[in-house]
Amino acid sequence: MMGCRKQAVETVVHGIFLLLGLITVGCVLLITAYLVVSGIPAIREIGLVAFLLGDTWASTAAEPSFGILPFILTSVYGTAGAIFFGVPIGFMTAVYLAKMAPPKIKTVVEAAVSLLAGIPSVVYGLVGMLVLVPGIRVLFHVPDGASLLAAIIVLAIMILPSIIKVSVTALEAVPPEYEDASLALGATPIETYFKVSVPAAKSGIAAAVVLGVGRAIGEAMAVIMVSGNVANMPSLFQSVRFLTTAVASEMSYASPESLQRQALFSIALVLYLFILLINAALNFFLKRSKEG
Amino acid sequence: MKTETKKKVKKMLACMMVATTLVMTATGCSQKEAGTVSTDGSTSMEKVIGALGEAFEGQNSDVTFTYNPTGSGSGIQAVKEGRCDIGLSSRDLKEEEIADGLKATVLAYDGIAVIVNPENPVADLDMDTISKIYTGEITNWKDVGGQDAEIVLIGREAGSGTRDGFESITKTEDSCQYRQELTSTGDVITAVSQNPAAIGYASLASVNEQVQTVRVNGVEPTEDSIKDGSYVIQRPFILVTKEDTPLSDTAQKFFDFATSVEAAQFISAAGAVSVH
Repeated sequence: MMGCRKQAVETVVHGIFLLLGLITVGCVLLITAYLVVSGIPAIREIGLVAFLLGDTWASTAAEPSFGILPFILTSVYGTAGAIFFGVPIGFMTAVYLAKMAPPKIKTVVEAAVSLLAGIPSVVYGLVGMLVLVPGIRVLFHVPDGASLLAAIIVLAIMILPSIIKVSVTALEAVPPEYEDASLALGATPIETYFKVSVPAAKSGIAAAVVLGVGRAIGEAMAVIMVSGNVANMPSLFQSVRFLTTAVASEMSYASPESLQRQALFSIALVLYLFILLINAALNFFLKRSKEG
Repeated sequence: MKTETKKKVKKMLACMMVATTLVMTATGCSQKEAGTVSTDGSTSMEKVIGALGEAFEGQNSDVTFTYNPTGSGSGIQAVKEGRCDIGLSSRDLKEEEIADGLKATVLAYDGIAVIVNPENPVADLDMDTISKIYTGEITNWKDVGGQDAEIVLIGREAGSGTRDGFESITKTEDSCQYRQELTSTGDVITAVSQNPAAIGYASLASVNEQVQTVRVNGVEPTEDSIKDGSYVIQRPFILVTKEDTPLSDTAQKFFDFATSVEAAQFISAAGAVSVH
């Protein structure tokens, strides 16, 4: 009798966990289906080539035009710029933390990194708007500081925590025997870190970079406050609009059923495809780092 | 023991179904209303009409208030065809629309202030100059009596009611050369306050001491100068009804409420200038 009840409880609990697990899968499927269904009509109406390669976005003009090439290029350039600045800093920090830092400093820096990860993106945007944008204006003698450069700097800082944390984990997982052997052969510690530890952890570090890319390309709130939001072709000191901010800035006023609103969903679909690609790359690197 | 589990699961499922049915009937019930008020029209009036609708629903719990943001033209069309109770327009009615038997009642005024950085010595611009600045014909402050600095145009995103109002009044639709398109009035004010060469626009009600308002054609934007029409960057928010067909009781009640002195506080809170 007791056994029966236990078994029943087991089954029920198992069922509940299964149900909870399926909620996540269900959400992903729902969002994917919704984006595809609501994103396709506008692309059909505008034409795939005109939509993806058109260089003018004027959604509410008397003769509207829906070309998202400026947004795609801005997102790509912005993300590349953030990686360009963020990865060297993040990578060096990770090597220092994992291999060289005295325990006390390591604790302090790691706490700071965690805190950086926890700062809401609107705060990054606000500080960017009040400090970075006027700073760029004064430093580079441009009429206005809201620009691609401002967005790149904000994004570079925002991706630091994910790059540092994942890289540190990868570097710490390198077997100490490798390093001991290198040191025993007469290599200096710095030589050992860069010629033995880093190559051994390279898949994990690559995963960290891809994670940073994903974070940078999906960010909207901080970017919308510092990038100026005009649908220009990207240029470092020009006001630009990202894929994310293109959706966010017009969604609230786009009237239902209008082509403008449908086109915004199409932009979201394009962004989603980008994220899917990035995730596939991330899985590839993570798998390799486990096997390696 | 398997059957026992199944029974349990069945019981749970039954409970859940009962619960959902209950919830559904409960929400279903509240939709059978004693009265409804449907409004249709100007997207710029969203905040004002939303605040009024909410207050009205709060006072009359059995009433459903709907607002369909389609644009002034569509709203006027909808009330003419009897598809809604009250049309909302953020422009004056045209003569032929009045001839069609439509009646306009001014609910409030939307005053849009032109703002610059407090460091900027320019304090007075006429309409024509403002249009030229925003279309990129004038690009330096020294041409309008300021310092030698490139003018930085700050505006709102496409679809915003303030942008729509500003561009239609200054006749700069689709031709503004914005340097920044921001998504809220607060962001516009912050951006202008951070850049000595910036110019922007915002609802008068939201302007604060971080920025300086500019006199337009020599007139300071204030509630009074907007009401008497001497400040020109403004437009009326209008309730459109039919001259010959009376409103339903509920719609009339809403109309009376919206135009009452009591509603003025909700209108001001939503950023417009009440007629009272």
